[in-house]
Amino acid sequence: MAETNTVTIRGVSKAFGRGDAAVRVLHDVSVDIARQEFFTLLGPSGCGKTTLLRLVAGFEIADSGSIRIEGQDVTHAPPFRRPVNTVFQNYALFPHLTVEQNVAFSLEEQRLPRDQIRQRVGEALEMVRMQTYARRRPSDLSGGQQQRVALARALAPRPKLLLLDEPLSALDLKLRKEMQIELKQLQAEAGITFLFVTHDQEEALALSDRVAVMQGGRILQMGPPREIYEAPTHRFVADFIGDINLLDGEATGGGVRVAGGQTLPVQVSRPGPVTLAIRPERARLVAAGTGVMDATLVHSAYLGTATLHKLQLASGGDFLIRQSDPVQAAPEKGSRVGIALPTDALQVLQE
Amino acid sequence: MNIRRFPLTREISLFVLAYLYLPVFVLIAYSFNANRTATVWTHASLDWYVRILNNPSIRAATWNSLVLAISAATAATVIALLAALATRRAFPGRNASETILRLPLILPEIVVAVATLILFVAVGIELGLGAMILAHTVFCIPFAYLPIRARLDGMSGTYEEAAQDLYANRFRTFRRVTMPLLWPGVLAGFTLAFVTSLDDFLTSFFLSGPGTTTLPVYIFSAIRAGITPEINAISTVMLVISILLVSLSFALTRLRR
Repeated sequence: MAETNTVTIRGVSKAFGRGDAAVRVLHDVSVDIARQEFFTLLGPSGCGKTTLLRLVAGFEIADSGSIRIEGQDVTHAPPFRRPVNTVFQNYALFPHLTVEQNVAFSLEEQRLPRDQIRQRVGEALEMVRMQTYARRRPSDLSGGQQQRVALARALAPRPKLLLLDEPLSALDLKLRKEMQIELKQLQAEAGITFLFVTHDQEEALALSDRVAVMQGGRILQMGPPREIYEAPTHRFVADFIGDINLLDGEATGGGVRVAGGQTLPVQVSRPGPVTLAIRPERARLVAAGTGVMDATLVHSAYLGTATLHKLQLASGGDFLIRQSDPVQAAPEKGSRVGIALPTDALQVLQE
Repeated sequence: MNIRRFPLTREISLFVLAYLYLPVFVLIAYSFNANRTATVWTHASLDWYVRILNNPSIRAATWNSLVLAISAATAATVIALLAALATRRAFPGRNASETILRLPLILPEIVVAVATLILFVAVGIELGLGAMILAHTVFCIPFAYLPIRARLDGMSGTYEEAAQDLYANRFRTFRRVTMPLLWPGVLAGFTLAFVTSLDDFLTSFFLSGPGTTTLPVYIFSAIRAGITPEINAISTVMLVISILLVSLSFALTRLRR
């Protein structure tokens, strides 16, 4: 039977510390990562994403569950017996070795013939355009250059799977954007599966084929970026990724009654309190009395490509509307306005 | 607040420097004095150096001191390196182990020296160079341990993880990554241990046997017959050995970076 997944993680749990002081950082996590997929673990610090990556790399061993890479069970294998390489958050380039020696490290450990090592080091450095720096020490390089060398070092042994632990977080914004594009190109060229860890939601959406949003040691939602963004299933996911408006409501037979507003024809499986979510760019500003509910315009910010309106609801909560139609003039500050909520843009969230 | 703004900072600093180093400079200067009396200057000469070179007991003492310092420092550095690596990970009794390792620093040396003498006599270890190497190794361990430990603490464990990630097993990781990165600490530890052993008087005095006098012990016995410029010359030689070694280890550390 041909294995179609590069990584298969089944029911993995991990706790640090012993006895009463033990802290569970992963709860029964299962993930499948397909061949050549760019898969991202996204979440705030302490959500367990880095621990999960370290379990796959072999720096930590799972308390329970299993991890398979290319069909091979590596749950208890040491890092040097896994067909996996890592790009570390702070690169971890060996300071006593040159760029070239850093990249050659794994190939020498694999006992490749000398001329083959030289050729592969050249290829790897060429891939990240660092050939001219081969004889330099890592300390002579800028952050972006070190990042490239770290990538070349991890790609040189042609791993089945590349692990990237917040590799761009140490770079400034402009460089980070450039490296994001390079990473994506590199992944397409090399045809390697990427397991990427980040807390930057924008980065996750821009790069990934699929994203797993983690919180408190669990995966809350897993899917393509568009699905995560447009159809979040959890309040946490909706809130963590981009701006979103959350409305409390009451599910009834005919739909959801929004606090202080109308009943919207949204299908909910069982009655009771629910939260409705809508992105600021999907809600519309309309004349008072013609929308689902009325609100007071608090502030309008012109952003160039759009105008962001901040409204105050009758309940006291804030509501954001992002209006990208530049022709439409913004209403006066302090005026009463209406909010229109297209039914297809509304998401019903689990707590 | 800039410390240089304080009144008298410069004056106090100069005084402290003079207080620390003036006696040493006087000693060095008088070792080149031609006069027999150690405190009256006549004119410059290398007489005393020639004389100590031709003195067989000084040559023997120098040899003993060097053999002792190199052996003790080497043994202490190896033990300290292993200890530093072992105490890196948490285990029950780790704090106690570390305290025991550092203990020789605060124990009164005279107590340890007497205790060692009694023990060696009791179990029948012959006094002399071998006994001195054993005892010196013990009190040199913390001096070698502290710089190695400091280097290890300052070293991120990610380098070793990276090495293992790049297919180096534990032994290869140690050889190719841990040891090269630790090297400056090891060198500093060895140097400190060497200088400490070279300088030691008390332990050597108690444990030296016939014909195994070290330089400090020789100086002590010679001084009882009166301070001669010869002593100044020997002391200067010891100083030069120490400074050379420290400079060498410093240069080696710089070279490897």
